[in-house]
Amino acid sequence: MNSGRLTNFLIPLLAVLLGMIAGSIVMVVSGYDPIAGYSALLYGAFGDSYYIGETIRQMTPYILSGLAVAFAFRTGLFNIGVEGQLIVGWLAAVWVGVAFELPKFIHLPLAILAAALAGALWALIPGFLKARFKVHEVIVTIMMNYIALHVTNAIIRSVLSDKGYKSEEIHESASLRSEFLQSITDYSTLHYGIVIALIAAVIMWFLLEKTTKGYELRAVGFNQHASHYAGMNVSNNIVLAMVISGAFAGVAGAMEGLGTFANISVKAGFTGVGFDGIAVALLGGNNAFGIILSALLFGALKVGALEMPSSAGVPTELVDIVIALIIFFVASSYLIRLLLTRVKKEGK
Amino acid sequence: MEYVIEMLNIRKVFGNFVANDNITLQLKKGEIHALLGENGAGKSTLMNVLFGLYQPDGGEIRVKGQTVKISNPNVANDLGIGMVHQHFMLVDTFTVTENIILGSEPTKGGKIDIKRAEQEVRELSERYGLAVDPTAKIADISVGMQQRVEILKTLYRGADILIFDEPTAVLTPQEIQELIQIMKALVREGKSIILITHKLKEIMEVCDRVTVIRRGKGIGTLNVADTNPNELAALMVGREVHFKTDKKEANPGKEVLEIKDLVVKDARGVTVVDHLNLTVRAGEIVGIAGVDGNGQSELIEAITGLIKAESGSIKLNGKEILNLSPRKITEAGVGHIPQDRHKHGLVLDFPIGENMVLQTYYKEPYSKNGVLNFKNIYDKARQLIKEFDVRTPDEYTKARALSGGNQQKAIIGREVDRNPELLIAAQPTRGLDVGAIEFIHKRLIEQRDQGKAVLLVSFELDEIMNVSDRIAVIYEGKIVAIVDPKETTEQELGLLMAGSKRKEAGVSS
Repeated sequence: MNSGRLTNFLIPLLAVLLGMIAGSIVMVVSGYDPIAGYSALLYGAFGDSYYIGETIRQMTPYILSGLAVAFAFRTGLFNIGVEGQLIVGWLAAVWVGVAFELPKFIHLPLAILAAALAGALWALIPGFLKARFKVHEVIVTIMMNYIALHVTNAIIRSVLSDKGYKSEEIHESASLRSEFLQSITDYSTLHYGIVIALIAAVIMWFLLEKTTKGYELRAVGFNQHASHYAGMNVSNNIVLAMVISGAFAGVAGAMEGLGTFANISVKAGFTGVGFDGIAVALLGGNNAFGIILSALLFGALKVGALEMPSSAGVPTELVDIVIALIIFFVASSYLIRLLLTRVKKEGK
Repeated sequence: MEYVIEMLNIRKVFGNFVANDNITLQLKKGEIHALLGENGAGKSTLMNVLFGLYQPDGGEIRVKGQTVKISNPNVANDLGIGMVHQHFMLVDTFTVTENIILGSEPTKGGKIDIKRAEQEVRELSERYGLAVDPTAKIADISVGMQQRVEILKTLYRGADILIFDEPTAVLTPQEIQELIQIMKALVREGKSIILITHKLKEIMEVCDRVTVIRRGKGIGTLNVADTNPNELAALMVGREVHFKTDKKEANPGKEVLEIKDLVVKDARGVTVVDHLNLTVRAGEIVGIAGVDGNGQSELIEAITGLIKAESGSIKLNGKEILNLSPRKITEAGVGHIPQDRHKHGLVLDFPIGENMVLQTYYKEPYSKNGVLNFKNIYDKARQLIKEFDVRTPDEYTKARALSGGNQQKAIIGREVDRNPELLIAAQPTRGLDVGAIEFIHKRLIEQRDQGKAVLLVSFELDEIMNVSDRIAVIYEGKIVAIVDPKETTEQELGLLMAGSKRKEAGVSS
């Protein structure tokens, strides 16, 4: 039991390490100094309070998109539509933030709720199609991503602006921004979203592990026949799982809309946060606590990468390669597991 | 004395677990030698050592007098050892011949010489009386035929020592008889056979000698002619086993389950349960005897709400439960030990403890206001594990990790503990060894004696005859006869099950 848990912890760690080694080989081959590169990355992520603030700000939507993917995954569904659900959540949050003027204690929760509902609604469609007609959710969610992207762009142009490319800024009463958090992090863009993301992680853990609904959702995810036999409503649970997953994704969009950007602009392509959520969830072992750690890693890589070109002359593309390598090694964790057991055997 | 295979003092250890503790098995040329043991006794480990899948930690293997080291299955093949696996290793979309030659295809000018291969397969098949069509596709032939293809595979590779791993587990009674004939034909042609099994009847019928192992230890080798099923069972389990389950006279009370004119159609719209009538009373066990596929599964799934019935009536204690949801039916007082424990009975990736509350998790004391109470759940699990002798490292172990018998005991514990008015047991002992079977039969009778109605479905006539108070014979979706197990014979039941003799069903007796 204990050694199993240790292995579960070691595998992602080793995956990251192997990814970094592979990354340094790529850097050496391309004629860059990996030590300078990685120290710039580290400095750019945690070097002073400003960078720490930026890293935490970046990990916030990652936590939520990771939770969204993980929640679906734990209930036997593969939600590739987190990206689209995030975009509609972003739109809904900004819309509410712009359209109303309300006291903060109503306005802010309302905007977040709107984002959650929008994401949930976007996920309801593939959930329903899966439950009712057995349409595979992967196909539908991919298509829903494109619909989300272009519908959002159209609404920004026609409704939220006068044929412009971005909406107005949200009212202060709907904003997650914080003078206080900015001041202690040397005026980074850190906002209160991180608190919401951490609360969401606790909610996911509690819902899935501690409640009867979570028990049903997990049971349906593992074995629909046995769940049916046990008297659970399989179709309802599939839809519900998708809806909750979509709500997490929608809130991830609210973090961008109410915190980081305070508006929404026309997008040429996907944000990538939703797709990265798949990797975050995978690296975090689809577990709420693990997702916080892996979101921290992804946030740090993303933010720290900005420092690499200026201090070490390493192009940011290389950081993308390192991230890709890490994901590669995580995905092939079977290999690492095999190596670990072999090392253990020989140690005996 | 000429031995073709000698496994002397074989020892195999996994971690701290001794799977084989100095076991000796000697196979004579031309004999059928049974390897008998309970589930998990170490039979498969021993055979995997012989087949080169495991390396022994001690002991010696001799083939035809020569000491050998079998480092992988290819070496075993070269030594003439072939294995007929329990789970067939066949490519469904290939023909019989293509499957048999896979890995050692005869070629002619770079092309597979399929004509020659077919001819060879046909000759082999005729020689041993297998009656296999070399050109048929695997997907189109019966399970029994597929097994023969597995046998042909080993023969084609020149095996003269055949290991059969629980070959009858997947076969119908008819196919078992045919397999026994095939095995006899094989030894007549000079082959030697090791038969891994826990079915005593088969050993008595077909084997020359038997080696018994129990919990990894070799208990001894006996001549089948000098022993009897009772002795073998006692050696295998380590205590006296009673085949005839002791039971008092049934004392039936009011009618608990009343089925009238039930019609169920399958997914293709074919009527599989055809105006069926059946009654089960409190304090009796009604056994449904029938050949697989005569509507038994659909009947049970309709009673338990897993599938919708077309028409008719199912009453539980006078209340209509036809086409209610499975939860409503469960709550009305129906317990169900499902036929397929992996598909319906358990969430294999859940801990065994969480599986114990699969139908009751939403009720107190297992949860309150939608929040699970793990202390109460695992207290209940510990109690049931103890009471029903479920052998598991602990209650947090995943159900997947348990042996079939222990999974079944866990399900029975869960269903019985809910104290249902009607307990439905579908093939409750399939694949289990005699010790577990005895335990499960006792529990079913215990339920009966407590005044519960029990409906038993089984393809094993022994089980039906032994446990039931009344036997209902099902044929093509109808109950064609109701007989008293004390007054009937296997022959009569066999005829009724085949539909060749109709007795007017005294439906509600």
